[in-house]
Amino acid sequence: MIALLVRDLRLAVRAGGGFGLGLAFFLLVAVLVPLGVGPEGGTLGRIAPGILWVGALLACLLSLDRLFALDFEDGSLDLLATAPLPLEGAVAAKALAHWLVTGLPLALLSPVLGILLNLPAAGYLWLVVSLLVGTPALSVIGAFGAAVTVGLKRGGLLLSLLVLPLYVPTLIFGAEVVKRGATGAEFATPLALLAAITAGAAALLPFAAAAALRINLR
Amino acid sequence: MSIWEYANPKKFMQTSARVLPWLVALTTAFLAVGLVWAFFFTPDDYKQGATVKIMFLHVPAAMMAINAWIMMLVASLIWIVRRHHVSALAARAAAPVGLTFTAIALVTGALWGQPMWGTWWAWDPRLTSFLILALFYLGYMALWAAVENPDTAADLTSVLCIVGSVFALLSRYAVKFWNQGLHQDSTILKVGEKDPLDPAYYLPLVVCILGTVLLFVTLVLVRTRTEIRARRLAALLARERSA
Repeated sequence: MIALLVRDLRLAVRAGGGFGLGLAFFLLVAVLVPLGVGPEGGTLGRIAPGILWVGALLACLLSLDRLFALDFEDGSLDLLATAPLPLEGAVAAKALAHWLVTGLPLALLSPVLGILLNLPAAGYLWLVVSLLVGTPALSVIGAFGAAVTVGLKRGGLLLSLLVLPLYVPTLIFGAEVVKRGATGAEFATPLALLAAITAGAAALLPFAAAAALRINLR
Repeated sequence: MSIWEYANPKKFMQTSARVLPWLVALTTAFLAVGLVWAFFFTPDDYKQGATVKIMFLHVPAAMMAINAWIMMLVASLIWIVRRHHVSALAARAAAPVGLTFTAIALVTGALWGQPMWGTWWAWDPRLTSFLILALFYLGYMALWAAVENPDTAADLTSVLCIVGSVFALLSRYAVKFWNQGLHQDSTILKVGEKDPLDPAYYLPLVVCILGTVLLFVTLVLVRTRTEIRARRLAALLARERSA
């Protein structure tokens, strides 16, 4: 499992792996929104939590279709399926690798974008915390969507249609944590619910994703 | 004699062919009586005027939009556990019907909301979760259409339906948490409590709901029969090509 994790990480950071693409996309979203909405600080500060969360979500979606597709094409997924490691474990390792190269850097970079979007100072900590807690759920749910669509030739658009509705609860609670944290309101409830979604998704969805992979490999 | 006998496509086709004319007649009767009664023989509301009659379409459609998904979930589970093809095809057949009911609920709601709330659309929990439900239907149907091998498609959509059900429920609670509601509570089951639905509206509404349930069953049966015939046709063509 660790070997698989290291392999996936190595593939991601080397040339053509798409590492950094998600980050650049995230940055672009944060630059484009003020250009569209207008530069008034008050408005930007109010919508910043939502923009940053939607941006993180889309950046995460961007790299999903290569999660299993490359391994499916060159046959290494068949090897993984017949390996002694349960396929559920392989899915979990791959989702973790995906999170390490997209979700984690996004969360660490987000305060910089918070400055760009004039997020109130009290919100920075909660922005990072909510992204740290919430983005693993995005990776795991995305792994499920990628597993369902892996056998399709042009699965990219279908993948977003399947995955985005599944992202709704995570997005709502994640943005709510930042919004409440920035305004000094009580934020323990959405944060706990966000953590619950991440924990539940990480515990259960690898099974569904592995089932979908087995169906696709049949 | 068990219910699983009807999972045999031949038996299913025979029985459904015998039942369908009766179902169509019953559906027509219920909907005709219910809608005519509702539209022409119920009093106008003292506040809402004639717009209250939109309820007779809106409420049954909204109920069936959710029930159709539940029926798809049950059919998907049966397919996964017992591998009856008719079950998978019934789930596939129900999806567009459910999506249509969702759309009817959203559109009639907007038509009612414009004069009553002063807006076509509000980001109210109920409205939002119905929009999300419509997206789930779309994704489910798109997946069926995208996968070529029918058995693979049935398996994948079943898994999606189960996972989607959990997330649809989660979204329902999430949007409730996210925004306060504008939509009123249901008053159908409030008989005997305070603020019940007026008896003058109650009976025609029940008739309309029953008619809509019958309409759903009829449409799903017809569509399932079409799917079975399409499957047989594909099998015949494949046999001809290989011969």
